[in-house]
Amino acid sequence: MTTPTPITPQQLDGPEHHDVVENAIELKEVEGLSQGRIVLRRFLRHRGAMASAFVLLCVVVLATTSIGWGPIPGWWKYTPTDLSPIVNSGGAPTLSFSGGITIGEHPFGQDNIGKDVFALVMRGTQQSLTVMVIIGLLASAIGIAIGASAGFFRGRLDNLLMRFTDMVITIPVIMVGAILGAWVGGANPVTLALALAAVSWTSMARLVRGEFLSLREREFVDAARVAGASNGRIMFKHILPNAVGVIIVNATLLMAAAILLETALSYLGFGIAFPDVSLGNLINEYQTAFATRPWLFWWPGLFIVTIALCINFIGDGLRDAFDPRQRRIPTRRALARASRRAERKSGVPATAGA
Amino acid sequence: MSTETLANAPAPTPDGKAPILEVRDLTVEFFVDGEWYPAATEVTYDVRPGEVLAIVGESGSGKTQSSMSLIGLLPPNGRASGSAKLAGRELLGLTHKQLSSVRGKEVAVIFQEPMTALNPVYTVGFQIIETLRVHFDMGPKAARQRAIELLKLVDIPDPERAVDKYPHQLSGGQRQRGMIAQALACDPKLLIADEPTTALDVTVQAEILKLMRDLRSRIDSGIVLITHDMGVVADLSDRVLVMKNGRIVESGVSDTIFNRPTHPYTIQLLESVPHLGSATLQAPGAEHDVTSTSATTATPVQAPAPADTATGYALEAKDLIIEYPSRGRIPAFRAINGVDLTIARGEVLGLVGESGSGKTTVGRAAVGLLPVAGGSLKVNGVELAGVKPKTLREVRQDVSIVFQDPGSSLNPRLPIGESIGEPLKLHGVAKGAELGKRVEDLLDRVHLSRSMRNRYPHELSGGQRQRVGIARALALSPKLLIADEPTSALDVSVQARVLELFQELQREYGFACLFISHDLAVVEILSSRIAVMNKGLLVEVGDRDAILRNPQQDYTKRLLAAVPVPNPAEQKLRREERDRLIEEAEAALRQADAQADAVAHGKNLDEFEQQEQRTKGQFDATNPPRGGGSV
Repeated sequence: MTTPTPITPQQLDGPEHHDVVENAIELKEVEGLSQGRIVLRRFLRHRGAMASAFVLLCVVVLATTSIGWGPIPGWWKYTPTDLSPIVNSGGAPTLSFSGGITIGEHPFGQDNIGKDVFALVMRGTQQSLTVMVIIGLLASAIGIAIGASAGFFRGRLDNLLMRFTDMVITIPVIMVGAILGAWVGGANPVTLALALAAVSWTSMARLVRGEFLSLREREFVDAARVAGASNGRIMFKHILPNAVGVIIVNATLLMAAAILLETALSYLGFGIAFPDVSLGNLINEYQTAFATRPWLFWWPGLFIVTIALCINFIGDGLRDAFDPRQRRIPTRRALARASRRAERKSGVPATAGA
Repeated sequence: MSTETLANAPAPTPDGKAPILEVRDLTVEFFVDGEWYPAATEVTYDVRPGEVLAIVGESGSGKTQSSMSLIGLLPPNGRASGSAKLAGRELLGLTHKQLSSVRGKEVAVIFQEPMTALNPVYTVGFQIIETLRVHFDMGPKAARQRAIELLKLVDIPDPERAVDKYPHQLSGGQRQRGMIAQALACDPKLLIADEPTTALDVTVQAEILKLMRDLRSRIDSGIVLITHDMGVVADLSDRVLVMKNGRIVESGVSDTIFNRPTHPYTIQLLESVPHLGSATLQAPGAEHDVTSTSATTATPVQAPAPADTATGYALEAKDLIIEYPSRGRIPAFRAINGVDLTIARGEVLGLVGESGSGKTTVGRAAVGLLPVAGGSLKVNGVELAGVKPKTLREVRQDVSIVFQDPGSSLNPRLPIGESIGEPLKLHGVAKGAELGKRVEDLLDRVHLSRSMRNRYPHELSGGQRQRVGIARALALSPKLLIADEPTSALDVSVQARVLELFQELQREYGFACLFISHDLAVVEILSSRIAVMNKGLLVEVGDRDAILRNPQQDYTKRLLAAVPVPNPAEQKLRREERDRLIEEAEAALRQADAQADAVAHGKNLDEFEQQEQRTKGQFDATNPPRGGGSV
């Protein structure tokens, strides 16, 4: 027959013949890539996650450059504490989309004493992101340490650590956060984040323990043990990299929860307090003005939702990328394109199948 | 396609029935990364009622995918083209709804792994009744009656009670019988058996094969048997298709394929099947320098240690007891109950038994992965009972293990070079450039190219992975190597090459070896002595030839008779012998049952089997992880 086949019939008596990988077709997609590269490639293909990553990056860049970070000045003309004369009626946003985009003097509007809402929201975003990153990293670290030791050593240590975890879980995070926040936090987002991280590692610890419990029974762990590896090496070199999927995914979810927790606390008045701003405390401060100056409410809200949504989408994308069972199902369009290409190549109309 | 395949293809059956399944130019393709890759190309064959057509090939040859495409069970990125007619009705291109009336009713499938193919939360009876009531207008009572009839048909003992049992309450063989009963529920015109006996022990496999032989005379369906085991093919099939790289390379009646194969690939495939009796009959002890001693006795016959001046044994077990500790309400289980075993330095001892016999337990205890609960176990002269971690570390310099599943015994996140070099690095034998050189040297030894050291396990084929496993085990030049079914997860032709390599390395390094396997033919090739285990006890130990030619124990005899041989004529003789032995054993079993049950050993065994499956199930559940959700 004349149909060209990509697989060339191998010679029967070469040693190469025997080394044909039996699941060759499934492996076409991952040929020559390390596991990290495969995950990265799957993630880059995840449209929602990529879009979210882009949006989140924009938010971060906007928040840090506009009003500056710490001593570094930004490009925006107002700071969160500047008072300026009210330009629009009642301080309404000057941002308008009618007849082209006009930014104006105060694109997000002003509050009743003339503070620039854009500067306030940017400052609030900075604070919220700081809290989010610190909680994400610290809570993950605590959770991994506790979960890994519990899952790896099992027995009495496992019991002890898990009962301790249960105890922490039973205490409502928001209450602990409120007390700790009021006690150590005050206006400082870093101390608040440290306090919140101390109570939000529980889900991570339980997930990591579960992963370790199952991974430690795998044969490659036995193999490492026979090779003479110590417990520490088995935990960190052999098991932890295999649990990284669960860890990363959970860390992103933890971050999304952290940003909401911080806003909730600040909204209740326990988080970041007045002279400083956070997104939650902006909403709290201006909730009475909802009917008269809704923009004071909408902008911080929009940023909270955007950040939380982006992080959740990124977590979703990571989970899909780490899941080896996730296979891309080709769309009809991709199928049609491929068969058209095959047609062009061979010059004969491809036989269409079901 | 070449003409040679067509020349001997359509052998008219004696009764000249019209084919039930006509497959013409069936092509199965997969869409990966913007391209269509063919898994099977222009497959053409017929199946007639009452005929068994065997499709043989290595994994990846397209034998399963081409058959699954018949009932629309391809993955979403697959497509099938060509034509497949079941009793004149085109199967390809049917809608989902039309297909579900075909599946189960007209085409039924027996899957490889009965434990995963049966739903664990429903009784076997429920699953058969479900199949019946989906396809026929049948009341629950009538369906139950029919289910019991079906279970009787597949020789499940006490079908009235078995119908209400859950899959985990049945043994592996009974589960597979349950699967077959479900497949037969609607009198299918075509039965696709996808490696129906691969997951089973030899003795159980023999029983299932017997059942399938009986069934083909009782039912009038065509059977497509997908397998890589030439022994099973010889036992069962009328006609054989040999597939390679998605194409049929040869087809013909079973007798022709086995006795006068024409295609070089078929010849190669037949040659690579380990043939029980080949080593003992052709070249007794040729590949081993161990001088054979005769006579099998209950106590081990010590073969003189070759070319080794050291005294003592590489492994010495006395009255060895190993227990799995109690977990919660499950009491401690004694997997090994008083075993005496010795391996001389440089000697290869084959350890044979069914699953649950405790053979793997012995191997794992020898490398210190399981604690010794009683008796004594000395490895290279060091006592492992109550060993201190520091001593154990020293012991492990001289003993290593090759695991059964090369896929899971290599860390997926480490490049293979690092896996191989790990023992060297951890014992401080070599590091830096020296380590790199040693790793390359080891790769050379196992015939892998040096460039592979930076590859990851998932990029390698099963055979290559197992060679990496062997290289890692040999890194420290051990005095004792435990090989735990190193070839059971591999294809026959790959297995042949790994065994060859193993022999070569054993000659080179001269290590003593405990070769654990369920396959007597494999053990025969490699070992000078053979030990047979059953239910945690040593049944028989002796010289290889003595065990194979003149087994003393009934259990060994049954085990030997159960091994299928890739030759239809010889297999027929063996089958008759086997059936006789099975009947004898059943009669003996019925007698012994009353007494043995009370001893609770059988109960223990069941528990062990279940425990094993639980751990297996855990692996399955965790292997595809990261589903999110909570713990």
